[in-house]
Amino acid sequence: MGFAHAVGGTRYLFPDLRTLLARATPLRSGDVLAGVAAETAQERVAAQRALADLPLRHFLDEAVIPYEADEVTRLILDRHDAAAFAPVVHLTVGGFRDWLLAAGPEALAALGPGLTPEMAAGVSKIMRLQDLVAVAAKCRVVTRFRNTLGLPERLSLRLQPNDPVDDPRGVAAAILDGLLLGSGDAVIGVNPATDNLETTIRLLDLLDAVRDRYAIPTQSCVLAHVTTSLLAMERGAPVDLVFQSIGGTEGVNRSFGVSLALLREAHEAALALGRGTAGTDCMYFETGQGSALSAEAHHGCDQQTIEARAYAVAREFSPLLVNSVVGFIGPEYLFDGKQITRAGLEDHFCGKLLGLPMGVDVCYTNHAEADQDDMDALLTLLGVAGVTYVMGVPGADDVMLAYQSTSFHDGLYLRAALGRKPAPEFEAWMERMGIEAASGAGRLPLPPALIGLL
Amino acid sequence: MELRRFTSARVALGRAGHGLPTAAHLDFQEAHARARDAVHSALDLDALEAALGLPAIRVASQAADRRSYLLRPDLGRRLREADRARLPPAPGAFLFVVADGLCAIGVQRQAPALITAALPMLRRAGLGVSPVVLASQARVALGDEIGEAMGAAMVAVLIGERPGLSATDSLGLYLTLGPRRGRTDAERNCISNIRPGGMTPAAAAEKLLWLAGAALRLGATGVALKDEQPGRALLP
Repeated sequence: MGFAHAVGGTRYLFPDLRTLLARATPLRSGDVLAGVAAETAQERVAAQRALADLPLRHFLDEAVIPYEADEVTRLILDRHDAAAFAPVVHLTVGGFRDWLLAAGPEALAALGPGLTPEMAAGVSKIMRLQDLVAVAAKCRVVTRFRNTLGLPERLSLRLQPNDPVDDPRGVAAAILDGLLLGSGDAVIGVNPATDNLETTIRLLDLLDAVRDRYAIPTQSCVLAHVTTSLLAMERGAPVDLVFQSIGGTEGVNRSFGVSLALLREAHEAALALGRGTAGTDCMYFETGQGSALSAEAHHGCDQQTIEARAYAVAREFSPLLVNSVVGFIGPEYLFDGKQITRAGLEDHFCGKLLGLPMGVDVCYTNHAEADQDDMDALLTLLGVAGVTYVMGVPGADDVMLAYQSTSFHDGLYLRAALGRKPAPEFEAWMERMGIEAASGAGRLPLPPALIGLL
Repeated sequence: MELRRFTSARVALGRAGHGLPTAAHLDFQEAHARARDAVHSALDLDALEAALGLPAIRVASQAADRRSYLLRPDLGRRLREADRARLPPAPGAFLFVVADGLCAIGVQRQAPALITAALPMLRRAGLGVSPVVLASQARVALGDEIGEAMGAAMVAVLIGERPGLSATDSLGLYLTLGPRRGRTDAERNCISNIRPGGMTPAAAAEKLLWLAGAALRLGATGVALKDEQPGRALLP
């Protein structure tokens, strides 16, 4: 079955749901590269109008990637909760947009299990930035491991103390700097420069020693491949959160070296360690538009629809944290600040609507048409949208991954501008340690000697 | 503050209210400006040929300009049709392709020294070396099409790495055995971070020779070929 709509005297035809969604997507370079974007502005709006008229129920009848061909499609349809879907079952995509704008937080929270990622992606394509912000701000998602994340009026930070050669002294110095500036309540999470078991265990031991020494109510993570984390757990290493990059098709996950079965195995192994004191949410996932095209595993879908499907993979494993690394992939997928901004807000909206504790790595590379002003704008918009957490990188300059993210200072700015506080357990710890008072005076209340720095 | 001794990261920047002090803010802006301009740097082909002291063949990809190069990586992997006829046959030879990539600065500075150091080693090892190809608006995989057209046994693509805030002169090297269109990145070995403060061109040339020898013995480059070159550990 196909879809059609006339605009400006031309009747535009869209042969299937996958094509309709792609043509309705606001312009971005990755969809042009894939050859799935609308060719004209009028074709795009024709697709948006046809999409707005489409009954939401249709998403349960037509998969964008066949059920038989893809385990992510099977997961999405097998897990669909018809009872949760009931409040919106009679609506079109356009009617659903109106419903979302008027709905209260309780109705939104109850709806999540009834939505497929494609429904969330579909409605986002006919929403403006302010719609994406307004609806996401009403979504409540709370997760727990050693503290409580996602409460109202809170904003958390992932402390990202990466070092170009995994030098433990460099990592420790960045951790201390970040803690002094109020960062680290979401997680203290290091990207290792090399995905190597010995390095991973050494970093895990370091992070656990720092956390334990200062009794910090937070969790640590070394963002190694899930198979490396499994080996580290077998060796008795202190793994709080298991990390993995994931995508929205079986093929892109294969390119990342994972499957649903492998993620399940890792989730069970981390649960069995029982290291959480406030809760059992122990997975950390990263995603980002464009990864499926990059792996040639996009099945002719637009990159934002595939990205939303990654959230179905994430929610299967009750993660503590999920974030889109929105500007990392480069200008051939998201060309400039405008495209990165829209993608960041789409990802946050879709993740929250589907029930995920969604953060965003507000970031860019040096070959993208973007700068600090673009990041300030997206960061502020995400703050208003109630983003669960953002990154804290020393001076916004990641010296290992060679890209620019948000800084410890950016976290302080956003909390102050919007009246947000860290996770309550972490806030109490900061007060106990006298961190804000000492930091303002330029002193160091956490003696570096204690972790062997000096 | 004392933390600066332990890392090249931007730690201990101080605060102005909740923001960055002016000097730290402008330091960042300057580093970003340098990196942005570096993305738009172009190879000075005459100077490169003079530094090499060797005859070279000049080609370009199908990406017509920088914007097209950034938006369409597929075009940067394809040879401009008119340039194909200019490639001489070099059956079974070792081929160097020098490419601008995402930043020409490091290529201009490090590629001649690397090739000059590698040539006598390759010849001593009994490998015939073809004329060097200089490629503009090029991605790594352009070396596959060039190598295939010339019949080369192996191609080393020397290409500018994406500029960062701390370094805009970093060169990368990608080695592929049996170059032909459709090779994937999993079928290449990479030597990265060739620059002052990183790996020297001479050390990269030695590693290249080791990898080339191992590739010929194994009959493959890429994930099957592990870098087991004896040498210094990364950390003390």
